[in-house]
Amino acid sequence: MTTPTTAQPQTIEKTVAGKTITMTPEQADAFGRELDAIKERVIADLGDRDTTYIRRVIKAQRALEIGGRAMLFGGIFPPFWLAGTAMLGLSKILDNMEIGHNVMHGQYDWTGDPTLSSKNFEWDTACPADQWRHSHNYMHHTYTNIVGMDRDIGYGILRMSEDQPWRPYFLGNPVYAFLLMVLFQYGVALHEMETERITSGEITIADKREILEGIWRKTKRQTLKDYVAFPLLAGPFAPWVLTGNLTANLIRNVWSYMIIFCGHFPEDVQQFTIEETKAETRGMWYFRQVLGSANLTGGKLFHILSGNLSFQIEHHLFPDVPAHRHAEISEEVREICKRYGVPYNTGPLLKQFGTVVRKIVRLALPV
Amino acid sequence: MFTQTLTRRVLSSPLVDLLTGPHGVDRYTELVEPTWTSGEARAKVIAVRRQTPRSVTLILEPNRVFTGFRAGQHINLTVEIDGRRRTRPYSPASAEVTPYLELTVGRHDGGLVSTYLCEHARPGMIVGLDSVGGDFVLPAVRPRRILFVSGGSGITPVMSMLRTLRIEGFTGDVAFLHYARSAVEASYRNELAAMAGVKVLHGYTRITAGSDVAGRFGPAHLAAAMPQPDAVFACGPPELVAAVREHCDNVSSESFVPPVFNIAAETSGGSVTFADAGVEVTDDGRPLLDQAEAAGLTPESGCRMGICHSCTRRKTRGAVRNLITGAVSSAEQEDVQICVSVPVGDVDIAL
Repeated sequence: MTTPTTAQPQTIEKTVAGKTITMTPEQADAFGRELDAIKERVIADLGDRDTTYIRRVIKAQRALEIGGRAMLFGGIFPPFWLAGTAMLGLSKILDNMEIGHNVMHGQYDWTGDPTLSSKNFEWDTACPADQWRHSHNYMHHTYTNIVGMDRDIGYGILRMSEDQPWRPYFLGNPVYAFLLMVLFQYGVALHEMETERITSGEITIADKREILEGIWRKTKRQTLKDYVAFPLLAGPFAPWVLTGNLTANLIRNVWSYMIIFCGHFPEDVQQFTIEETKAETRGMWYFRQVLGSANLTGGKLFHILSGNLSFQIEHHLFPDVPAHRHAEISEEVREICKRYGVPYNTGPLLKQFGTVVRKIVRLALPV
Repeated sequence: MFTQTLTRRVLSSPLVDLLTGPHGVDRYTELVEPTWTSGEARAKVIAVRRQTPRSVTLILEPNRVFTGFRAGQHINLTVEIDGRRRTRPYSPASAEVTPYLELTVGRHDGGLVSTYLCEHARPGMIVGLDSVGGDFVLPAVRPRRILFVSGGSGITPVMSMLRTLRIEGFTGDVAFLHYARSAVEASYRNELAAMAGVKVLHGYTRITAGSDVAGRFGPAHLAAAMPQPDAVFACGPPELVAAVREHCDNVSSESFVPPVFNIAAETSGGSVTFADAGVEVTDDGRPLLDQAEAAGLTPESGCRMGICHSCTRRKTRGAVRNLITGAVSSAEQEDVQICVSVPVGDVDIAL
């Protein structure tokens, strides 16, 4: 839909859990109009409530961060180490997900507050914010689940779709997936390097020089902060601060990996071909976003800690609507999907993640 | 004093910057006290007076980042209204050397910020201060015979000049001619009346009781206030300023005109200025991004459908309509998504 072509809008047919789902161009237009109406209504209602909400989350995050780091200075006492590590881990989760990811989507640009501006925000993780905005906001959100265009399908290192041709390299799929989970912040940081295009010879590392420099600058500061400066400040207690910071980063890595992998990889989530998405209308784009995403069920705190990515479907329909609004509109989105016969994929974290793990293992073999 | 300097040194050190990264130390200190910032000039409202029915006077305590202003200049004041930052220029009425800023905001009918401040300003409120500017200032060598002429809320910059002169111990002649709708709407009436050595005349244009001069500004008013002044400083509605310029020499002036946009329904035919590139084109009705590219520019962009915000730019003047939401942005300074925004009349974009 980004380049005008002569191709005509086409009917899309998908098989989801053994059932055939059909969407004609006319249906898609009507479907799109109903979803547009939801967005318009929410946008018109944005105000104090949203600004107050995100500032409260930011305040909680900063308090957890300061509290956690202070506790870790007394980390020689195990309860302090455990509490400090947990607080710092939570702080990083909030910073990256409900605050960073959502602010960088432009969800709060309308506030005019420079500290909530998608252009200015920088988050507490190795990946530089400007690179993330390109690879995630633009590439992933525009070309969601189009094999060959959405690099989030496997991130260039995993096989997450039958449509990715099998190579012996993919025998290591579960091992790569595990390493990516543990080192997730560095995986995200390296995303924009497009290493698969470098190894295939399509581009050279010299083409990515600026990107690499950006990653290095950000990662260096993050490393100095968490693994050098704060431990040294603690003097003789440096080992406890260092291990606490390492563990907090690990907690954040594992948590965000699980949430993010549950967004597009659970069973029955659909992928698309470039051919299917030629001359795609706005309504068809919405259709692809719903079929290509999956939600997670849980309580209010769970949703906040997932950055409301537990409403992945709503997030992909309306990536720039403040995410704390997704819970309210999800019922209506679900009802619209039901009327148009569009499956709405949702389930608890462990069930959804279980299907993701099965997929990772299954696709290690040539299927 | 020493501890304050030390605190500032520590807070601005590279180590603290690293430890508080990537957000920076201000994002922590502001949670304790919103004016504790080292990067943005902010102020706390410490007193609110309502001296006339159609205005509000705010006393502001700026933080250290604010570097002051010259009497007559204006400051961009940022206020948050229903979760959104709104910025408007106001001229302080206080003397330029005082530690507190005094703003008197006149209510404009339909004016979002002025109405909000008149109705909701309260002590403790936090406002942003930036972009001090304007050439409407006293010359370094002060003229000997000075006439101030103001209308309505235009009194504030000339009040600032007058107060500044008095603090300096100015020994020349000063006359002050102020126009208001009625005596109760004349700001600073009591303070002006109590000023020794300043000739103060009021002109009331609607309820004329108590007026010192009748009707609009003209030769008679000039003669009554100060014949042949060395310098005239005038601030008010455009008609008043024009009349002063017609009858006096050596006039410095400023006019407050709230911007009015005529929002057209379709392709505007207005001119679109891409200010950073210095390119001007005639609106052809397409989104700003397409028009910028057609003009040979390559602004950052992404999805071209209003979702990724890669193309967001600051609109500095004029109105645009968002094609997705239909919303019209007519505020002067606003970030807009250029891929889905079409001009409504003349528009300046920082691009």
